[in-house]
Amino acid sequence: MDYLYYLREEKMPHIWCDGCGHGIILKSILRVIDKLGWEKDDIAMVSGIGCSSRTPGYVDFNTLHTTHGRAIAFATGLKIVKPNLHIIIVSGDGDATAIGGNHFIHAARRNTDLTVIIYNNYIYGMTGGQASPTTPIGKKASTAPYGNPDAPFDISRLAQAAGAAYVARSTVYHVGKTDRYIEQAFLKRGFSVVEIMTPCPTSYGRRNKEGNGVDMIMFQKKNSVGIERAQKMSEEELQGKIITGVFVDKEQNNYLQRYKEVIDKAKQINQ
Amino acid sequence: MEKKPNPNVRMWQGNVACAEGAIAAGCRFFAGYPITPSSEIAEVLALRFPVVGGHFIQMEDEIAAMGAVIGGSLGGAKTMTATSGPGFSLKQENIGFAAMAEVPCVIVNVQRGGPSTGLPTHAAQSDVMQARWGTHGDHPIIVLSPSSVRETYDLTVRAFNLAEKYRMPVILLSDEIIGHLTEKIEIPDPSTIEIIDRKKPIDTPENYLPYKMDDSDIPAMANFGEGYRYHVTGLAHDETGFPTNDPEKIRAQMLRLNRKIQRFRDDIVEVETFNTDDMDVLVISFGSTARSVKRAVINAREKGVKAGLLRLKTIWPFPDKEIEALYKPVRKIVVAEMNLGQIAHEVEWATRREKPVVRVNKIDGEPITPIEIYEAIIS
Amino acid sequence: MKKISKITINEKWCKSCEICVYFCPKSVYDMGRFYPVIARPEDCIACKLCEKLCPDFAITVTPPDIAESIKK
Repeated sequence: MDYLYYLREEKMPHIWCDGCGHGIILKSILRVIDKLGWEKDDIAMVSGIGCSSRTPGYVDFNTLHTTHGRAIAFATGLKIVKPNLHIIIVSGDGDATAIGGNHFIHAARRNTDLTVIIYNNYIYGMTGGQASPTTPIGKKASTAPYGNPDAPFDISRLAQAAGAAYVARSTVYHVGKTDRYIEQAFLKRGFSVVEIMTPCPTSYGRRNKEGNGVDMIMFQKKNSVGIERAQKMSEEELQGKIITGVFVDKEQNNYLQRYKEVIDKAKQINQ
Repeated sequence: MEKKPNPNVRMWQGNVACAEGAIAAGCRFFAGYPITPSSEIAEVLALRFPVVGGHFIQMEDEIAAMGAVIGGSLGGAKTMTATSGPGFSLKQENIGFAAMAEVPCVIVNVQRGGPSTGLPTHAAQSDVMQARWGTHGDHPIIVLSPSSVRETYDLTVRAFNLAEKYRMPVILLSDEIIGHLTEKIEIPDPSTIEIIDRKKPIDTPENYLPYKMDDSDIPAMANFGEGYRYHVTGLAHDETGFPTNDPEKIRAQMLRLNRKIQRFRDDIVEVETFNTDDMDVLVISFGSTARSVKRAVINAREKGVKAGLLRLKTIWPFPDKEIEALYKPVRKIVVAEMNLGQIAHEVEWATRREKPVVRVNKIDGEPITPIEIYEAIIS
Repeated sequence: MKKISKITINEKWCKSCEICVYFCPKSVYDMGRFYPVIARPEDCIACKLCEKLCPDFAITVTPPDIAESIKK
């Protein structure tokens, strides 16, 4: 496939550091769009603030770079007004589950027909490596110089509990899985989340002595466990492992379908 | 003979008139969050929108409501949110985005007592400065203030027209008294209402510049999903919409952004004068307080004191020229407002402190009475 | 003669992260002084893992049959 067809070539090379996995995720997104044959005019990519949120600047779609954490809120309004747009939200762990956590869980509850791709690198990369809601306990960050005291979110489980119609987790190493999950998420007529683990060698790996991008992706390769296998493993065995797979895949009416029922009822009553 | 009922007469409260005015202006998307004393606006639109082809959504918080309104506007709809007090504080972040990215939208603030939770069910007019400078950075904003139920209807329509015309957020600064005041009004025939829509691009998508610098100072706006694939960001950007660090390009765009207000201020500013022709005392007020002023001016005239009222229908940009045209012959100026002098301060600037400015202020949730203003006029 | 894939590296976009060098299942690449070097192109099985894992859009792998047809 020709990635360049979808890129704003004059904006390249992108700003992401060497060894950062964000570009790998972007490629997965573009491959799936290409496979599905979506027209560029019919796609809107919406983001908040952070490294991941710079993605829309590089792609030739309708692109919207909003305020920190608010991408889902903006996208909700856009989807309602332009229901035929395929809306892809790209967000980071901090953007989606700290400052934007409320929008994330409520969009899942509402089951708005949006796809959120979460680039989870355990850290606020762009601003110099501050602790995020997914930084594991004890790991170092610029704002956790003695080790992080806060327990992390499990983003996929959070999305599941909040009512998302589709939730899956992959890593940048597992590109085949990532492509498959993104495709399933894009085709889901409801709120879909794909959480992708991606290395931040500059702001996280270096500080925690986890090596460069290659080392960190190698870690993903060796320490990922499929969800089926994980169910047979003990808590202890799962320590430090990345559980990948499809957490939720269900059919339920989405927000706009339910609002259509509201319209029908209102018209019936007001006739 | 039986009198035929006038089909355009309504018994409405201010908040209902606001919701109906929005529908008349062509607004078809509302995102909000419940907050007293603005909730009736959301409630009326929740009821009405499904019938008139609009969409109402109750968001998870005020921030989300403001975000959804911007997203909807980028899709091409005329959009609105309504709030009060703490909710208005929360919206400021995304109001800045709308100003920076030049996305038309209307924000209604039915003012209540503050700061913080303050007085949820009592009126105040203390968000004058927040409406102007609530979000960070130098930015353009238009703020309108109605004094009656009918005017709430008219200024809501006008808020949409100005937002579309100048590609910027417009704030309707109502207050609890006007929002909850019920009056018998006659609404205009829909065919007589002037509706302004945003300027659409005439360039082809390949040549389209979403922040083009041209003589108009107001770039054409394409809707998302209609063939113009462009980039919208809250970062400083150039004509193409993409972020830039080039000081020259940033300066040009920022000056144009703020010039929209300076250049078109005469079109935006509206005031009403009452008994100002031969006055000795000028009373300046706005919103609900202006109603008490009108009574006080009449009472003062009955006692032989020539008082006049200047009522600000537009608060920002500030009607300094209009004040300048009136203040020279007067003995003193009285400014009545339900805050500690936010407008009075502007009046002192506009008049270079050449005349004594008497402040009539109240911040206890109670309206300023005609007697209190009357006493300030005759003292 | 064995047909080989056509591999190109866009050095303007490459950030020398070495992901291609370490993750190619056939060890086609060596790390050069600044950029990866296609050291053993004849070993390439056109799996495209390097292309998919290159975060910088710098690698293009054209499988042998397509590369052949382009040449003709």
